[in-house]
Amino acid sequence: MSDLHHAHGHGDGHHVDHDEHLHAHGSMKDYTIGFILSVILTAIPFWLVMTHQLAPGTTKYVILAFAAVQVVVHMIYFLHMNSQSEGGWNMMALLLTIILLVIVMTGSIWVMYHMNANMMPNMINDGSSVHGMHDMQ
Amino acid sequence: MSDIKATTAGAVNGADASSRYFVREHHPEQGTLLGFWIYLMSDCLIFACLFATYAVLGRNYAGGPSGAEIFDLPLVALNTGFLLFSSITYGFAMLSAQKKNLGKTQLWLAITGVLGACFLYLELYEFSHLIHEGFGPWRSGFLTAFFALVGTHGLHVTFGIVWLITLMFQLGKHGINGANYRRLTCLSMFWHFLDVVWIGVFTYVYLIGVLP
Repeated sequence: MSDLHHAHGHGDGHHVDHDEHLHAHGSMKDYTIGFILSVILTAIPFWLVMTHQLAPGTTKYVILAFAAVQVVVHMIYFLHMNSQSEGGWNMMALLLTIILLVIVMTGSIWVMYHMNANMMPNMINDGSSVHGMHDMQ
Repeated sequence: MSDIKATTAGAVNGADASSRYFVREHHPEQGTLLGFWIYLMSDCLIFACLFATYAVLGRNYAGGPSGAEIFDLPLVALNTGFLLFSSITYGFAMLSAQKKNLGKTQLWLAITGVLGACFLYLELYEFSHLIHEGFGPWRSGFLTAFFALVGTHGLHVTFGIVWLITLMFQLGKHGINGANYRRLTCLSMFWHFLDVVWIGVFTYVYLIGVLP
């Protein structure tokens, strides 16, 4: 009872700014839509992989696409992202992070993939590879 | 006359003070949410590095087991379900908090915490099972990267639950006021962010891991 009274006390127009703020984030509709979309976007990739519907190579790209869509769904319906929140600075920080993330991910995969492809045969087969390695350094 | 002037001046001053008060009250609140968002973005970069590590080392089995041999997809699906459900129950807690319904907020927070704990329990069960089989992080590059990435996510969930319990005590003590609502909003962002990271984990580590 005392808890209820306490909560009510704050709603009595004394802290109008708080009241305005409390209504700012999300709605039942948002959360429900987000949840249903997430369940669908999660279930399909699991179904694809567990029942071997497509060729492995195709499955990989299809489920990555599903993951990307689900991330956007979560951003919009759960994290309530839009270009106006916090005066646009949320979106700016997100864009910067995405740029850095892409550089880190693609850069690492690209470089390391070529390391494996280019260096291993030389190191194993070619006698002059020691010289080549020094040249590279 | 001078009395009236003094009163007017006082009133004006009072208005000034209150408008300044509102300005001061408003900005830090926005600042906290933006600052917390920037923290989450930096956390996102930690996960990006761990994902990149996994991308590089994920197929280096060193004669040890491959993902297809050790990943139990039904268990992962169940775990994903726990985390997804905990996301929407946290959403319900936020909606209850907006309506200033303390009892319901606490109830939904408790359900969220229990779902988070179920997620952690399954993850720890998986880890202990792997280590018991001799497939700990020392076994291969793949398992090192796997334990680092999934373990870091699990550690975040652990701290999220600690934060959630702390917040439930604070709510019990002070009710739903501006400060507590701000904390709820921050934890909401943190919790949903962990679910976003988990999308990457179950897709990239588990689902692609079992593909040949």
